[in-house]
Parts: sequence; C-alpha cells; structure tokens
Amino acid sequence: MLGFVIGRCLQALVVMLVMSLVVFTGVYAIGNPLDILIPPEAPQDIREATIARFGLDRPIWEQYLYFLLNVLQGDFGRSFIYNMPVLTLILSRLPATLELALAAVLGATLIGVPLGIYAGYRPTSVAARLIMGLSILGFSVPTFWVGLILILAFAVSLGWLPAGGRGPTVLLFGVPWSFTSLEGLSHLLLPALNLSLFKLAMMIRLARAGTREIILTDTVKFARAAGISEATILRRHVLKLISIPIVTVFGLEFGSTLAFAVVTETIFSWPGLGKLIIDSITSLDRPVMVAYLILIAALFVTINLLVDISYAALDPRLRGGRGA
Amino acid sequence: MSGFMEQLRAFWVEFRESGIAVAALFVIALILVLALLAPVIAPQDPYDLTGLSLRDARRPPGHVGSAGYMHLLGTDAQGRDLFSAILYGLRISIQMGLAAGLAALLLGASVGLAAAYFGGRFETFAMRIVDLQLSFPAILLALILVALLGQGKAQLIAALVAAQYAYFARTAYGAAKAERRKDYIEAAVATPLSDKRILFRHLLPNCMPPLIVVATVQIANSIALEATLSFLGLGLPVTEPSLGMLISNGFQYMMSGRYWISVYPGVALIILIVAINLVGDQIRDQFNPRLRR
Amino acid sequence: MSGMLLEIENLHTHFLTRAGVVQAVNGVSFTLARGEILGLVGESGSGKTVTGFSILGLIDPPGRIVEGSVRLDGLELTSLDQEGLRQVRGKRISMVFQDPMMTLNPVLSIGEQMLLAVRAHERITRRAGLERAAAVLTRVGIPEAATRLSAYPHQFSGGMRQRVAIAIALLHRPEVIIADEPTTALDVSIQAQILHEVRELARESGTALIWISHDLATVSSLADRLIVMYAGRVVEQGPVAEVLSDPRHPYTDGLLASLPANARPGEVLRQIPGNTPSLLDLPEGCAFAPRCARASTICATAPQLTHSGPRSWRCHHPLGAGA
Repeated sequence: MLGFVIGRCLQALVVMLVMSLVVFTGVYAIGNPLDILIPPEAPQDIREATIARFGLDRPIWEQYLYFLLNVLQGDFGRSFIYNMPVLTLILSRLPATLELALAAVLGATLIGVPLGIYAGYRPTSVAARLIMGLSILGFSVPTFWVGLILILAFAVSLGWLPAGGRGPTVLLFGVPWSFTSLEGLSHLLLPALNLSLFKLAMMIRLARAGTREIILTDTVKFARAAGISEATILRRHVLKLISIPIVTVFGLEFGSTLAFAVVTETIFSWPGLGKLIIDSITSLDRPVMVAYLILIAALFVTINLLVDISYAALDPRLRGGRGA
Repeated sequence: MSGFMEQLRAFWVEFRESGIAVAALFVIALILVLALLAPVIAPQDPYDLTGLSLRDARRPPGHVGSAGYMHLLGTDAQGRDLFSAILYGLRISIQMGLAAGLAALLLGASVGLAAAYFGGRFETFAMRIVDLQLSFPAILLALILVALLGQGKAQLIAALVAAQYAYFARTAYGAAKAERRKDYIEAAVATPLSDKRILFRHLLPNCMPPLIVVATVQIANSIALEATLSFLGLGLPVTEPSLGMLISNGFQYMMSGRYWISVYPGVALIILIVAINLVGDQIRDQFNPRLRR
Repeated sequence: MSGMLLEIENLHTHFLTRAGVVQAVNGVSFTLARGEILGLVGESGSGKTVTGFSILGLIDPPGRIVEGSVRLDGLELTSLDQEGLRQVRGKRISMVFQDPMMTLNPVLSIGEQMLLAVRAHERITRRAGLERAAAVLTRVGIPEAATRLSAYPHQFSGGMRQRVAIAIALLHRPEVIIADEPTTALDVSIQAQILHEVRELARESGTALIWISHDLATVSSLADRLIVMYAGRVVEQGPVAEVLSDPRHPYTDGLLASLPANARPGEVLRQIPGNTPSLLDLPEGCAFAPRCARASTICATAPQLTHSGPRSWRCHHPLGAGA
C-alpha cells in the first residue's frame, strides 16, 4: 500500500512538472513575458528592472528555472487589477468556490446514486423512465441556461431565494463559509443546484449502469438464494460494488465542477475563483490567469492522486497481499 | 458497398422502433431546414443594424412593431425581432457545432489511429497528452484558448476542436487497438500491404461505430460549449449574435421581468441539443452489444 | 407420495426472448425424499440448471415458470410471493453455485457476507452471528475460521471459496441443498475432497441434496438416485447402480459409453453424434431421435414415461430388460 502511494505521488510530481512546462511555454515563451509581468503602460525603468529581475535576457531554460523557482516560493506576481499578490487574491476566493463545488457534488451524489440504483433495479418502470428523462435533460441543457431559469423562477417570479451574491458568511477556522447560517444557505442553494444538475445526471447514469450489470451477476443470485432481502442486496451488495466507480467519478467530477463553477459563479455573481478567472480574462489580468492555470492543474493532480488512493482503500483486491 | 447499405437498412429498422429517437430526428431535420431557409423565413435581417429601431426595443411577444409586422417572440434590447435573431442564431450554432465537431473528429481519429497503428514512442507520447487533456475540463481549456487566441469564428472553432479532439482520439485509439490485436490485421501487416491500405481499409471502418456515437454527442457539446462561451462574452463578435449571446444580452433585463429575450433563444438551443442527444443515445444503445438480446 | 420432502410436477420454465420462446424446462417431474442425494445429469442446455433455479423461484426475466408445481413438504412454492419465497431460500432450501469466483462479493469480507446470510432469517447480534459463521466455517474445514472472517474472497483459494459458499448454504441447517456443478470450476484434487465432504455434511445433518452436473462419473460416486435430462425433459431416472449397469434410454447409454473409464485401452472414446437441439424449435416427437441409432418412424411422436419399480424412462425403443 505504501509503495503504491509513493509511486502515485511521484507520478503526480512528474505530471505537475510537465504542466508547468506547458503553461510556461504557452504563456511566457509564446507571448511577450513582459506583458504578463507588468502593465503595458509601465515606465521604461520598471521595464528594465523587471527584465533584470526575471532574467528575461537569459537563455530560455534558465528563464524556466526562474519561473519554477518563483512558483515554488508561491510567487505568481501581482494582479494588475486588484494590485495585490496573485496568490493572496486566489486564496481569498478559493473557499467560496470550494464550498459551492462541494455542495454541488455532494448533493448530486446523495440524490443521484439512490435514483440511479432504482432506475437500474427496475429499468422498465415509469419512475425509472422519468429518472432517465431527467438525466438526459441534465446532460443536455447547458448549465448557464438552467441558471437563468432558476433565477427567473425562484428569485424573480417567486421571490423565495436571492438571485445572486454570497450573502453573509461565518468564519470557521479562519475561513468564511455560507453553509453555517440560514441566510448563507439561501444564497448557496440556487447556485449549488445549478452546478449539481450535470453531476446529478452523471451519477444517475453511473449508478444505473452499475446496478443493471450487478443485478444480473451470480453474486446477487447467490445472495437471493441465501434468502437475503432485495433491500439488503441493494443496500449492501450493490451499493458497495458500485461505490468504486462512483468514488472515482466523485473525485474527478469535483475537479471539473471547480471548472464549471466558472459559469455558475458568473450567473449568480458568486465571488469565487471562476468569477475571478472570467474577470481576469476579460481584463487581460495575465498573472492571475497563469496562477489559476497552475493551481487548477495542481488541484487536478491532487484529486487524481486521492481518487487512486481511495480506490485502493475501497477495493480489497487492489491492496495486494494475502491474509487480512 | 451493398453490405454497407444493408447494414444501414437494418440499423434504420431498429432505430425506427424508438418513437422518441425518430421524433428527435424529425426535430433536427426541421431545425436544419429552418436554419437553412432563415433568410427566406425571417421577417428581418438581424445583422443589418440600419434596419433596427430602438423604438421597438424590448417589446413583449406579440407586439406589432414600427415595421408593421408582429414580433412573434418579442424583441431584444436593440429592437431586433427575436424570431429572426433565433433563426440566424441557430445557423451560427449549427455551423460552429458541425465545423468544430467534424474537425475534432478528423484530428482526433487521426491521432488515435496513428497512435494505435504505429505504436512505440509516438503512441506513448500522444496518448499521454490525450489522457492528460481528458482529465482537464473541456470548458476550461476552451476558455483559456479563447483568451489567448482572441475572438472570432476561426479562433472559436480552434478552441472547440482543441478542447474536444481528445475524446475522439481516445475512442479511435481504443477501438483500433482492439482491432489491431485481431489476426487479420496481423496478417495484413505481415503481407506487403501499404500502411495506408491497412489504416483505411481495415482499422478505420471498425472504429467508425464508436466514433459516430462520440461525434453526435460532441456536436451537441460543441454547440453547448459555443453558447456557453458566447454567454460568458468570449464567443463571437457582437455584430453576429449567436444564441448564447442573445441569451447573455437578455440576462440583464430578466430581473425586470422581460424574460423573453433570454428564454426563447434558450428554448431553441435546448430543443436542438436535446434532440441531438436523444438520437445519439439511441445510436449508442444500438451499437452496444451488451444491451442486445 | 405424500411422504416426499420435495415434489416437482410437470414443471415448465420458458424464456421469452426476441428470437422466440426458449423452452428450457419442458414438463419435468420428480420427487426428493428426506436425506436423499439426487444426481441431476445432462449436457449444457438440457435444463438441469434452470430446473434448480426454478425450485427456488430464482428465474430472472425474460424467464418464467409457465406451468407446474413445486411443493416443499406440501407448501406450494410457485404461488408464494417474494417475501414467502425469501423465507424459504437459505432457510429451508439452499443453493451452491458453480463458480465461487462469481458468487462471493469481492468487496465484502467473508464475515460480513455470512452475517448478512445469518441475519436474513434470524434476529441476532453481530457478535453472535459472527460466532455462528465461524462455527460453520470450521465445520466445512476452514482452519482458524474466526480469524479468517475479516478476510476477503480474493485472499482465499478457489476450493476455500467454495467451502465458504457451502458454509453459507449450511448456515440455517436447510432441508434441501441444491448444488449446481459446485466442483466444476475447481482443481481435480480439490473436487474429490469437496465431493466427499459435502456428502458427509449432508448425511450428518440429514439434509437432502440435489447435485446438478454434466459429469456422470462424479455424480454416480455420490448420489443415491440419478435423473438424466435431455432438452428440457427427464429421459430416465432410477437408483444409481441400476441406471449405470443397465441403462434404458439410448442417451444414458451414450453418456456412459463416452466415459473414459468405460473405454478399452487404445480405443477412441465413443461420442454421441450430433448436437443438442435448439430449445427454440424442439421437434414434435422425441428430442433425441435425430442423434439416436435406434430411432424409427414412431419416434416422431413424443414418448410417454414408462414406469417399472423405482425406475422410469421416456423412450419408444428402450434398451435392456425393459424392451
């Protein structure tokens, strides 16, 4: 198990190195690096100082090392727009996005898995067809449009929930959260629902496909022959067996949920990373873009790593070795 | 090629059994005709800014405008007839979806097939990149490319292709790799047939079914992605509003109850995407040997 | 016949597929006495496995019992609802399947799976349930059973896994165990061992056993009585010794002749010519006629069951004394 974890960590490190190289060549080497480091209207002496400081007159591989060294020290430069260190800026926006994405993925799993299991268990029932219809809609309808409709329905027409913003937050371990207050929850509900619909559709499909296959196996037949009730078979045998692909997807989708948050945050003016990156793209705040890319990549690699490890924890066959 | 026609016929017979899929196919055909005939059907040319009047701006559905005809679905903030704008917007959406989807199919299938056929370092390298890209959300990739490349049709298509080719590459690679192991390809490699012949006569036909399934899904995804990018203000220029941009422009008026500017273009978009996905679902089920009885 | 533990009468189990109706079991009748060991023999597709599953109502759609009755001590199983059937399964009638790789859940520990089976029929604490499980594991010959409870199926060998499955079947001391080719997937040396052990366990607890197999040699070393099935029908049945030494049905004869033990050295093994018929469109008359050397025009009509003492057969041209 330990060797497995160490191996995966090394792999993750290599991937991060490759990503940093790609981002470096993509943003630094192809464009004019000066555009990224200082605003275009900066005076000549600052330009020269920057060139010297970042070694832009040096060979390319040396520049890459500089870049890497700075990144490792957490120095991504300063945002032109917000005029503060990029890392500080991003870290201040991260909790809002994490909270939103977590609420969305968790909600999608808790609702989607039971629905999917049911749809797989009774595939020809009316309820199963309704569930599958819902999942096709969830897959097809673009997130941004669902967001609009949610606002139109629940904020504009009914007036039940706020149309945007994060509302008041409560500090917990020094980080602001919404879910700890009712007011905060009311702000969280619509964006989280919006963000979760696609994941919900995915969880339904995954759980349904898994259940359909497992329900036909000898494992289930043997359990039935032993007199184990259908409910117990679904709860213990089937759920445990489909939990492996579901945890994988949960993890991987958590990453892509952070990315999709770009859309949801824009619609609901949710002050998270997604809104930050859209703002920085439209205002050409390049240091923020670079930092966002590297951090998202790092996040993805970490998530993949965690998924691999929890995979091994869930499937005893992957742990290797005989004897308990 | 009569064998192919026969397969197609058998496919259609099974396809016909699903009423929903047939209805979806009909809807797609209808939308295609509407989009093609947009200049004939639409009461107004939405790109002709001189024909717009601010007096007609933000009128509800059913309003009879200054030009003397009724705005079936209302007008937008510039006084555009929404029905016309939607027809033209559908044209753009379909254009972008098809162009990006097919280009991604070509690029992805080439990469996947080549990796499976040539093997070695190229295979490892190409598929590593593909896998890395697959774990990265398409929307993010497209977002960054648009930001780097700038706005415009060609740039947008490039971004969509770059974000989506990996799905085709993975699919073609998987199918070709499975096919490559079969005896007859081994035999074909051993006999002095040209690489081209093996690739196009043997490997490609066997990758086609899964590629077709992915293509239908990805065309729908391209359309949705383009709309999303346009909605975020990173899509096409404002002078030729796509559906996403129409929705985006209407967003700010929704809070004051002028829902139609956003909602109707959205409905058109969703009907198109859902229809394509329904057809894609049916094709997928038909190609899936596990669901066969 | 009221003294019989299990009575199966005119059982028909069909599968309604897209291609047509597959008549997997087509009018099967037999009985099982308390403590009796019955061998159910036939080629794959003869309906022997479907018969076993039909007894417990474990036929998945598109399959269905369309006709016939299965009575356990007078209780009609075919008309029970889901819950009624569940109470019989594992409690009064258990099953052991062919491949222990496929039957045990790979992601649940052995103890957990056995606990589920115990709790299916008894309200019992986790601790007491696990103790029960360990006791039964010891009975089926698993050493250090208590410590093995936390192990997972992949940590056991094939033979050990099948012992776990047998232990699960034995948990509630059922009246009948249906074993569907339980040794086929195992090594030959383990096969004999398990065969022997199962017989002992059945004798010990007075459990009746239905041993389903395609392997006539294995079954005959174990069973008291033999039933030979062909194309969804019982073609011959009787006490093992009599059927083996003096078969009536040409199919039984063919099966016996193809056993390696019955061949003379240097002689090519005799095979029954032809293949099992498709169950989709069975011939009107005797299903074996197309492969039978003794077939005549009368075989185009379905032969009825002929009884003679403890034996019966379904043939127009039986071999041996019955001719």
